[in-house]
Formats: sequence, C-alpha cells, structure tokens
Amino acid sequence: MELNYMIFITPVLVMVSIAAALAGLLAFADKYIASYGECKIVINKGKELIVEGGNALLSYLVDNKIFIPSACGGKGTCGYCKLKVLEGGGPLLPTETPYLTKQEVLHSVRLACQVKIKRDVELAIPEDLLAAEQFKSVIEKIEDLTHDIKRFVFKLSGSSKINFKAGQYVQFCIPDTTEFRAYSIASDPGTKDRVELMVRLVPGGLCSTYMHEALEVGDEACLTGPYGEFFLQENSKKDIICVGGGCGMAPIKSIINHLFATNAAQNITYFFGARQKKDLFYTEELERFEKKHKNFEFVPALSEPAKEDEWTGEVGFITQVMQKHLKYNKNQEAYLCGPPPMIDAAIGILTSKGININDIYYDKF
Amino acid sequence: MNLFVIFFATLFTHNIALTYFLGMCPFISVSRSIKTALGMGLAVVFVMTVTAAINWPIYYKILVPLEVEFLYYVLFIITIAALVQFVEMVTERFLPVLQVTLGVFLPLITVNCAILGVSLFMVLRKYSYLESVVFAFGSGVGWTIAIIAMSGIRSKLLFADIPEALKGPGITMIIASIMALAFMGFAGMVGI
Repeated sequence: MELNYMIFITPVLVMVSIAAALAGLLAFADKYIASYGECKIVINKGKELIVEGGNALLSYLVDNKIFIPSACGGKGTCGYCKLKVLEGGGPLLPTETPYLTKQEVLHSVRLACQVKIKRDVELAIPEDLLAAEQFKSVIEKIEDLTHDIKRFVFKLSGSSKINFKAGQYVQFCIPDTTEFRAYSIASDPGTKDRVELMVRLVPGGLCSTYMHEALEVGDEACLTGPYGEFFLQENSKKDIICVGGGCGMAPIKSIINHLFATNAAQNITYFFGARQKKDLFYTEELERFEKKHKNFEFVPALSEPAKEDEWTGEVGFITQVMQKHLKYNKNQEAYLCGPPPMIDAAIGILTSKGININDIYYDKF
Repeated sequence: MNLFVIFFATLFTHNIALTYFLGMCPFISVSRSIKTALGMGLAVVFVMTVTAAINWPIYYKILVPLEVEFLYYVLFIITIAALVQFVEMVTERFLPVLQVTLGVFLPLITVNCAILGVSLFMVLRKYSYLESVVFAFGSGVGWTIAIIAMSGIRSKLLFADIPEALKGPGITMIIASIMALAFMGFAGMVGI
C-alpha cells in the first residue's frame, strides 16, 4: 500500500508557517512598536533611574531595590502599590479606579503595577517606603503562644540590619509564589538583627497555613519592609493607651518594649481583649512589667470566660472594659491594632474620653 | 445575500449573545456599569471585525487550496490571539485615547468564544468576504446592544432586594434568559 505522506506534511507545514508568520509579526511589533527607548524615572526630585521603557513601573522599582508593598504581585487586584505619579503617568486606567478614592485621584495617586513607562516620569514616594529593603533570613525559633497563634523569630542573614519604628510591619514572601502577606513586627526596634512575628492560623489562609504547617526552624525566608504609617510617636510625651487582642499584640508589644527600653516616663495602659483564658498569652511577662514599672498597667479582659478558667479579672468586650476603666483626659494618645469593628468601637469610646482623633493611631487587619 | 439582511439578523434574530449565548463570561462579569459595558462592547466590535477579515483569507486562500480545512479551529484561535496582542501594542503606542477606553478589555477577549464563534459561523454559512465582514461587525454591534441593555437593567438592580443566593451572576443569568426570550420575538423576521 502506498502511503501519501503529503496528508501529514501539509498540515504541519501550514501550521508552522502561519504560526511563524504571526510570531514574526509579534516579534517585530515588540521590537519596534512596544519599545519606548530610554526613559528616566525621577523619585522625590532626587534619585534618578534610567530604564528601558515598555514595562510596568512596579517592575522597574523592584528591579532597583525599591520595595513598594504589593500583595498580588502586580496583577492589579490588591491596590497596595499606591504612589504619586506627578508627571508622565498617562491617563488613569479603568483597572485602577476601583482602588483609588476621589481624594487620591486629585493628588495623582496611581497603582505602580498598572502605570506603564513610556516616557520620563516623576514620582513622589514616601520616605519610609524608600527605606524598605529585602532581607534574607533564617528561622531561629518557632513557638506556640496559644492554640492558634505562633511566634516566629527570623535571624537576618549576614550582617544585615533592619531599621524600623515600633508598630511597623514587614511582608513575608511565600516561597515559589508571588504572594506576600503582611505581619506586624513584635520585636523591639533596638534589636536590629532579628525580626519577631506573631501569626494567627487563619482557617483556609494561604500564608498562615504555610507558616504554621510547613515552616521549620532553620528554613530560609524572605522578608521585605519595614512598611506602615502606624508607629509610635517618639517625641510625644502624652500618656499612652494601647488596645490589641490576639495577634494584634505584636505591634503593641514592640511599642511597649521600646517605651521601657527608652525609659519612657508617661503612663501606659494596655487593654488586651480575648474570649477565653486559652486565648491569653504573655500574661505573666506583662504582669511582671506591671510590678517593675509603676507607670504601666495591664488590663486583660475575657468576653466569654469558660467555667474552668476561674477568671477573676475583667469580663466583657474590651470596649466595655475601656469605657469603665478610662478617665476623661485630653492629654492621652492611643495605639489600636485589631479587626475593624473593634477599632471603630474603640475610637468612639476614646474620643468620648476627650482624646483628639488625631492622637489615635490604628492598624486595622 | 443582501448585506443589510445579514446586518439586521445579527442584531436581532441571530444575536450572538442572546440567541447563541456566546461570549457569556464578559457578558455577565463586565455588565455592572453602562460605561464599562460600552468599552467592552466597542472592543468586541473591533476585534470581531478585524479577526473575521483576517481569518477569511486564511481559510479560503490557504486552507481550502491545500485541503487542510480541518486546521481552522486551531489556526483561528492562534490568529485571534496574535492579532489582539498586536492591536494592543499598536493602540498603546499610537492611539493613547483608544487605549484608555479599549485597552484593558482587549486582552480579556483574546480567548472569547463569541469572537471564535463568528469566524466559525462565517465558514459554516459560506459567506463571501464582504458578507463575512458585515456579519462580524453586526455580531459585535448586536453583542454590544445586549450587554448595554443588560448593564442598564443591572444598574436598577442595585436597589433591588435580591435573595442572597441569587446575587451577582445568578440574577444576571436569569435576566439574560428573559432577555433571550424577548429576542425570540424577532425570530422568523429574516433568515440567514
């Protein structure tokens, strides 16, 4: 039987030649149409980057070790990579509008992952974001704080040091993915070669599950930071109220440790809300602090104490306890960390106690 | 066949969205506001017309003479994808105004079934070149009419009390089916 090879060869040839023609067209377009030559990125009227145009602004910044926060890896779905593009950003894109307020649009805030570099651009990036770096680290210690919160200590590799303000956060990069998650730093800013995080296991959460189940002492991890507008106002001498339950203790612990380390003189009150005794942690350490420092008061409260807890302390939501405990005093400032409903309720109570809304700092998560 | 008849049929009696239920993903997900629906619609009109205009010669001038017509499924997809990429680069470089209105929608419709569907119908119904282009353009306009009507209805839904389980795509699918029933009223006016 004679086999007609042409019925195999012709389709293959047709496919290959048409695909090659299209690929050639695209390669041509990529080289001559999508290239924008050298573009200059000017940051805060000072630093200049010379780049080959055509890609997203965020990728150039990351290439040049400027770590703008981004949780989605440049897909335009998290809205974290906001910065001011003063010139050369082109018109606002429909992909950005859902993440920007009217106020931000007026102040030319853009999403760095959506702005393409086609000409010289001028940016304004907050100084603290420019200070963010990427750190390689090794896990030094993992311990259980409660049934669902673990404490992780990261030792930074080599001689790298992290300079942060008490209350700021870092991003943990999940290996082999482009995913990041933000966690507040729990350690004292004076400790510059280690970073301590408190991570609550979120049911179904990608990063917290990875950190709780897969991470082991000795593993390498990558952190970027520090980030965040929530930090201790070091020059203020006002009395301090801290509120934070669960892993919201992390930034508060950093703030309190820093205050003691710098021998702060003002009064400090820490309200810690939990459901049951099994959700409390660091109680003994904080009570020890209370004995040692006359200006520190620790107020734990349980909202639903179990019978076997034999709880003799405050009972109720932390906001009810604050209402009962706090006195009217204008000369106070507050640091809150926790879920949005708790923070909104706490802000209401604090302002009713005479505290100026501008003196209330918070981190909702 | 009369070009006007084809155009009219693609708008009403043979609407690509409401009669054939093609291009449903963007029809459901991008129909929240009239403005974005219009942007998406324009992108569909544009890409459908251009791809049909390119796919016709590929089919009749290359595949048919070489007797390899069966390749058309694969080849149509490749040409559509490559063309959309190319058009995107061109608009981005030379037509910044168009880029703002169409830009983000172009990559979304690269693999849209309505676009491929139009190219396949064009072959099945043995249209001439001009007929194919008119058919593709009309199908795009018909799809745009359908998605704008849908977004108009959905903007009223913002204030409606919809059962929890039906919110979002659920109620949109129901509305789409009622709209399709309404479009069935046009059936029989013209045939293609």
